This record gives sequence, C-alpha cells and structure tokens, in this order.
Amino acid sequence: MIINHPLLGPRDAQEFTYLGDAGLINRPYWLSDNAMRGFHDYLHLRDNPAGLHRELWFHEQGDRSWLVVTRDTTTHEITKVELARDVARAKRTAEATQ
Amino acid sequence: MRYSALRLIKESLIGHKGWGAQWRDPDPKDAYDYVIIGGGGHGLATAYYLAKEFQGARIAVLEKGWIGGGNVGRNTTIIRSNYLLDGNEPFYEFSLKLWENLEQDLNYNAMVSQRGILNLVHSDAQRDAARRRGNAMLLNGSDAMLLDKEGVRRLYPFLNFDNARFPIKGGLLHPRGGTVRHDAVAWGYARGADQRGVDIIQNCEVTGFKIKEGRLLGVETSRGYIGAKKVGVSVAGSSGRVMAMAGMRLPIESHVLQAFVSEGLKPFIPGVITYGAGHFYCSQSDKGGLVFGGDIDGYNSYAQRGNLPVVEDVVESGMSLIPGLGRARLLRSWGGIMDMSMDGSPFIDKTLIEGLYFNGGWCYGGFKATPAAGFCFAHLLKTGRPHETAKAYRLDRFMTGHIIDEKGQGAQPNLH
Ligand SMILES: Cc1cc2nc3c(=O)[nH]c(=O)nc-3n(C[C@H](O)[C@H](O)[C@H](O)COP(=O)(O)OP(=O)(O)OC[C@H]3O[C@@H](n4cnc5c(N)ncnc54)[C@H](O)[C@@H]3O)c2cc1C
Repeated sequence: MIINHPLLGPRDAQEFTYLGDAGLINRPYWLSDNAMRGFHDYLHLRDNPAGLHRELWFHEQGDRSWLVVTRDTTTHEITKVELARDVARAKRTAEATQ
Repeated sequence: MRYSALRLIKESLIGHKGWGAQWRDPDPKDAYDYVIIGGGGHGLATAYYLAKEFQGARIAVLEKGWIGGGNVGRNTTIIRSNYLLDGNEPFYEFSLKLWENLEQDLNYNAMVSQRGILNLVHSDAQRDAARRRGNAMLLNGSDAMLLDKEGVRRLYPFLNFDNARFPIKGGLLHPRGGTVRHDAVAWGYARGADQRGVDIIQNCEVTGFKIKEGRLLGVETSRGYIGAKKVGVSVAGSSGRVMAMAGMRLPIESHVLQAFVSEGLKPFIPGVITYGAGHFYCSQSDKGGLVFGGDIDGYNSYAQRGNLPVVEDVVESGMSLIPGLGRARLLRSWGGIMDMSMDGSPFIDKTLIEGLYFNGGWCYGGFKATPAAGFCFAHLLKTGRPHETAKAYRLDRFMTGHIIDEKGQGAQPNLH
C-alpha cells in the first residue's frame, strides 16, 4: 500500500505503524457523568466496517506525524489522507462554533 | 452411511458407485428452534453437538457461501493446548481432548496428527517464560517438556542454532499438539450434523435480524425470512458486520492473516516449529508441502488477501531459522479474515437481545478451538448458561475488568 502523505507525497505503508479507527481522536471527557461507559466504549468497541474506514497511521519511519487515512477495507484502496492535527482542529472549531 | 474397511472393499468391487452425497442439500423451512449463522468449523460443530449431546431439534446452519470456504479451510491447521491463563487453558485442554476422540466420534478421517509443537526460546527471559507456561499447562492437565539446546538439536538438527543475533537456547515442547486436516473437520461435522437431522443450507446469506421489543424473532436471508427461537452467530471474520445488523458494536476488529505453502518435499519436519524471535511457524503437510505463516498484516481488512511486506517478513524470518528453506519454491499464499478481539481472547456469550447468542473473537487461533467452541456454544444455546470451561468468555469483560490478555498487550488488536 502507498500512503499519499499530505506533506511528503507518496510513501510506502511500511514506513508507518497502524493504530486503528480514527474515532480514537475523540477521547471522552473524563469528568462527565458516564465517563466510565464512555471510556469503555472508546477503548474497546469498534464499528469495524467493511468498506470505507477512517483510521490513524503514524509515520514512524518518517516525519512522525499522525495521519487520518480513508481506506476501503474490502479493497485496501486509499482515497483520502489528512493530517490528524488538521482533523482534530477542524473538529474543535466546529464544536466551538456550535 | 458408515465408513469402514469392509465398506471400502465392497465399494472397490462395484466401482465405488455406492457412495452417496455426504449431506443433504435441503431448502430452508419457515422456522427452526435453533438457527446457527455461519457454516465454518464452529457453526457446524455447534449444530453437531447441539443435536447429539443436547438433544436439540429443528436446527439449521445458514452459510452464505459453501461450507468450509471460510477460515476453517484457510488456516494452517495447528491444534494445541498451551495457553497460560486460567480463563483459557481449561477450555483449550477440553478442546484437545475432544480432538483426540474426534475421528471415532464422527466416524470420519480428519487426519488428527499429534506430532508435537515446539516453541523455541532464544534468551534466558524466554526460557523463564516457557517454564512458567509449561507449569501452567501441566497444572491444567496438559503436557509440556522444557528442552535444552541439545534436546532441540536431536529433534531438528537443521535449525540455525548459532544465529549470531538469536541463537536457539532450547524450547517448550507440547507433545500432544499437532495438526488436523482442516477441510475434513468441516466435512466431518457437516456429515454428523446432517445425519442427526440438521439442515445445512448453503448459499444462504443472513441479511438482517427481526427483533421486536428486545426479542429476536428470526432472520432475513437471501433465501427468504426464517423464524427462529434462538440464533447463534458464528461467522468469524464477519462478526462485526453481522452483529451490526442487530445494532451491536463489538470489541473486535477484522484483520487479514496470510499463510503459505511450498512445493512438495520429502519428509523433513516431523512436527510443528514456532520461532521465538520472529513471526514464523512451520509444519509439513502429509503431501510434503511446507505450511507456514507469521503475523497478521496489522490493519483493518475484509479483503481475503494480504500485502507483500508481510510476505517478505515471514520469508525472512523463515530463512533465519531454517536456512534450508531457501531451496524450496513457494507454491501458494492466501489470506483469511480474523476476528481480532481487544484482549486476544474469544467470546461465547448471550447478548442483550433475548434469543441472540454470539461466538467469535477467535483471532488467529480458532481452528484448534473448533470442537470445544462448538460444544460450549451448543451448551449455552441449550441451557442459557455458559459451559464450565468457557465461563470467562463474556462480552462484558472489559467493563468488569476480567480481561484475558495472554500477551499483556492491552486493547490493541493488531498486537495480539
Ligand atoms: C491463514 C490462517 C491461518 C490460521 N491458522 C490457524 C492455526 O494454525 N490454528 C488455529 O487454531 N487457528 C488458525 N486460524 C484461525 C482459524 O482458522 C479461525 O479462528 C476459525 O476457523 C474460525 O472459525 P470458523 O471455522 O467457524 O470460521 P469460518 O470458516 O470463517 O466460518 C464462518 C462462516 O460464516 C459465514 N458467514 C459470514 N457472514 C455470513 C452471513 N451474513 N450469513 C451466513 N453466513 C455467513 C462465512 O461464509 C464462513 O463460512 C488461522 C486462520 C487463517 C486465516
């Protein structure tokens, strides 16, 4: 697999390590009333879709950035690559303006 | 039809015209008491034990493709009872005991071969861990022997003992472990279940559940609606997809695992060898091919094929352990979809939906579990209570803190 890094261009997937579902960016708030359930679900439950999957890859052998890769789990085709920090910032901005 | 030497002689005189089909090909009925989803090893074994041991009636197995086309026909056929933790080892020991009597029970040649499994150790720390594991196995009624370097050399003189980085220091031998002809396991259970009245319905994909007020009423399939009192889901790599249709998220990710087989060679690996310093294990099939594999590819996948980096990693590890491998040609490689759980251990449990039961999360090690998983799942379906050896395999164990993490890796499926 080739991951088209937004800053470095096409890189071999071997340079990366895989963490999992990009939902892992959304850590539950630890003081909320149902934090226990929230962290249980966050840590252990997965959508695990057959089809498009947004997932976190770490460019360990490269610039050490975290990427959000959109990949089809039935074909391994990669359709979108974003910097995870951009995704997280966009989410925070969206939440702030809500 | 029973198989016997006498029958074989008789058939050879009449041109083998008397062997019938091993199981029927029935159309689905309107409703069953028990519907098992998934005609892999586990689903077929569940139906078999449900009919045989638990007097279950009106049972169907629904398989979206053909039976044996999933992981039961794709694995590297290793069976063993060499786990460390209390939640696991009694279950796998129960499974190995069922394997030991399987062929008599099924009247079917599954080529169960207890040729011994050797886990190599390459450091003092690994030897300590092997000793501890061996003791845990012995305490649970399994067998284990710690071998020193010379002991390993007597069994496998051709290994790369003096590898500068990972010299072989010894190994943990599990003599009762071995291999089984995987397809024959599916066929044997299918035939046994069919003989006891189970309908095995192939080309029948479950596409939805009918649930009313928290109770399951039946399943929608590509061959129409089928009513059911109890439904057992046993679909291995498709667990997430199928349970999502019942609105459930699971502590499971689907990953691809590859396996490889070489051209046929004269016998030279009598047992199963696993490398302690790399992702590689190997045995030799009765046809002579070296059957080997390594680690999962490491990212979510439903494509039953892997990528080249893992091929390279497995072959490199193999070469560093068995240099002679370099002269053999690789014939085939393939992949299967693993239901990797969050702690590397499986689930056999009821769900919050009444009448819906789940068996899955078997990771890359569910073949050896086939008889016990079938037995324990049948026990649960019939009695509503977990079998003694499977009571740790609960879906809520991450909430209650009773995780069963053999490797101590945490909730990271691609590390188990
Ligand atoms: C390369 C490889 C090597 C392995 N090596 C070993 C090993 O050495 N030792 C070991 O113990 N384990 C091993 N395993 C793991 C083992 O094969 C599996 O854990 C085990 O086979 C899973 O149970 P099963 O046989 O029931 O699965 P499967 O045979 O996959 O059965 C599941 C069935 O469910 C069906 N299904 C899915 N969705 C639906 C639906 N919607 N409706 C109807 N049917 C459906 C599928 O078509 C499939 O036939 C290996 C696996 C692989 C891929």
